Amino acid sequence: MAEMSTETQPTPVAPPPMPPSDQGMNLPTPPPSKVFDKPKEVSSRTRKKSIPEGLWTRCKGCGEMITNKELEDLLKVCPKCHYHLVATAKERVQWLADTGTFEEADSNLHSVDALKFKGVASYSDKLKAYARETGLQDAVLTGFCEIEAHPTGIAVMDFGFLAASMGSVVGERITRIIEKSTKKKIPVVIISASGGARMYEGMLSLMQMAKTSAALARHAKAGLPFISVLTNPTMAGVMASFASLGDVILAEPHSMIGFAGARVIRETTREELPKGFQTAEFLLERGLLDMIVHRKTMKSTLASLLEFMK
Amino acid sequence: MKLYTLEFEKPVLQLQKQLEELRAKASAEKIDLNDEINAMEKKLEETKQGIYSKLSAWQRVQISRHTKRPYFLDYVAQIFEGFTELHGDRRFGDDHAMLGGFAFFKTNGKSRKVMLIGQQKGRDVKENVKRNFGMAHPEGYRKALRLMQLAHKFNVPIITFIDTPGAYPGVQAEERHIAEAIAVNIREMSTLEVPILAVVIGEGGSGGALGIGVADRVLILENAYYSVISPEGCAAILWKDRVHAPKAAEALKMSARDLLAHKIVDDVVPEPPGGAHHDPELAAQNLKASLIKHLHALDKFSKGDLLDNRYTRYRGIGEYAES
Ligand SMILES: [Zn+2]
Repeated sequence: MAEMSTETQPTPVAPPPMPPSDQGMNLPTPPPSKVFDKPKEVSSRTRKKSIPEGLWTRCKGCGEMITNKELEDLLKVCPKCHYHLVATAKERVQWLADTGTFEEADSNLHSVDALKFKGVASYSDKLKAYARETGLQDAVLTGFCEIEAHPTGIAVMDFGFLAASMGSVVGERITRIIEKSTKKKIPVVIISASGGARMYEGMLSLMQMAKTSAALARHAKAGLPFISVLTNPTMAGVMASFASLGDVILAEPHSMIGFAGARVIRETTREELPKGFQTAEFLLERGLLDMIVHRKTMKSTLASLLEFMK
Repeated sequence: MKLYTLEFEKPVLQLQKQLEELRAKASAEKIDLNDEINAMEKKLEETKQGIYSKLSAWQRVQISRHTKRPYFLDYVAQIFEGFTELHGDRRFGDDHAMLGGFAFFKTNGKSRKVMLIGQQKGRDVKENVKRNFGMAHPEGYRKALRLMQLAHKFNVPIITFIDTPGAYPGVQAEERHIAEAIAVNIREMSTLEVPILAVVIGEGGSGGALGIGVADRVLILENAYYSVISPEGCAAILWKDRVHAPKAAEALKMSARDLLAHKIVDDVVPEPPGGAHHDPELAAQNLKASLIKHLHALDKFSKGDLLDNRYTRYRGIGEYAES
């Protein structure tokens, strides 16, 4: 006559969206680029006034203090340990797109509180705060660009916006750029980073997995290449949809990649997690990834793959 | 069948007990207690109606997890004939949390072939060790895909039965790429040129449910849920404590009616009062009628239209503002 108790059974949860990183990081503002028309909003990203002040950033990999100017020149990779620091979607576009070729698409889409979600804080307020902080409409930036002269549809997720969780807008923008690329007969490159599906939009979020994957099926049927690039971290619903579906799957070094979060796995199974569990290196060894690519060679690697798959 | 009683059902149980006592007394002492019995019966019906007609999202979650709730194989036995289970993913192993095989489905006097896929839970500790509480590993999803592709090859409609707390969150599942297995299923299900019906019969746990859930029509039993995250998981994140799961269940809009309103599901299959476990046969009858109706409706589409409609179904999901 006992109630089903959560103690007697493992109660697995969907991998939760991870909270946005609160690690104090005083990242440099990328220089205003002609690629973007709103350089001012980019600078609002510098939010944490923690140690070190202003000019230096501490590497999360080795603790090294690096000047922001140097970091900027090194694409935010630590010169000592090669730790890849978190990057914004705008920075990544700047690193990957040929100068002046990026044209943003569907920037007019905005998330709404469709479920009137009764949580601790209002979803609408959260959206406004993250938009202010990142200068983005939502957790993905999409558009067209050229990568070493290869015209490409591109989507870049930004972990700074609500842990780059996927809600209706993320799913819709990614689907639209895939569909438009299919129409234009050009490849798609998606740079993923995500805590998973966006809880605040309930099942609407989960269904974005099906929507984006179906669009990729049509793109693939047209014989067009899709390269998926996984960055730190790419988890849960995003990993269980488009991010896993690349003709080629690349990852930045040491990125956390997986389905369930380590905490959930530990709590559910009480298993010992192997060394390096869910890192890019672990997954290369186990056959999921095609390559681990250092940020500084990402653009040339993409270009040569696009050339092969033309 | 002895049922355990959910907390909110206790008033019903109490009245049932009193009614039995009254009847026993009447027959043992050979006295006429008909008025009292009738009054008690009426009160029982009113109490049932009062409780079961306004179940909260959390109460429904509890019903969906009731260990006496009919599972995949129970519906297979009640609704289909000649179930021929097929095993293994031809890659790694055979997952006992995810089953599948051919069967016959008698509809309107005709017998037609179908491919059945379903997540299977166990009723006791021993069976749950085997079934892993209905949480499939990658090989389960890969077996499901293999069988669905077999259905596609031989032009047999597919019916999937969703009943999982989620895909298994474990070390081996990650090592064998559970996320990739689910992703591939989701993509491939959008391309199979046969009718696909999916029905959430119990727990629709996130990506693990969607991994066999892309379909032309998605049905859900009245007390089943389908959610992006478990209410406990959501509560742990938002309120830092799982005891707030009832609030999370409400906020996530994971109940059948809410899902219908947001076009996540296409139809709600009614359950007997109090849930499918109170009358499994009636639950199966209701489900069978719904499956016949929807399968019949899909018969009229050409393969091309079927795929276009399926694409459009998912393409339209999402709510946002466009300025
Ligand atoms: Zn370093």
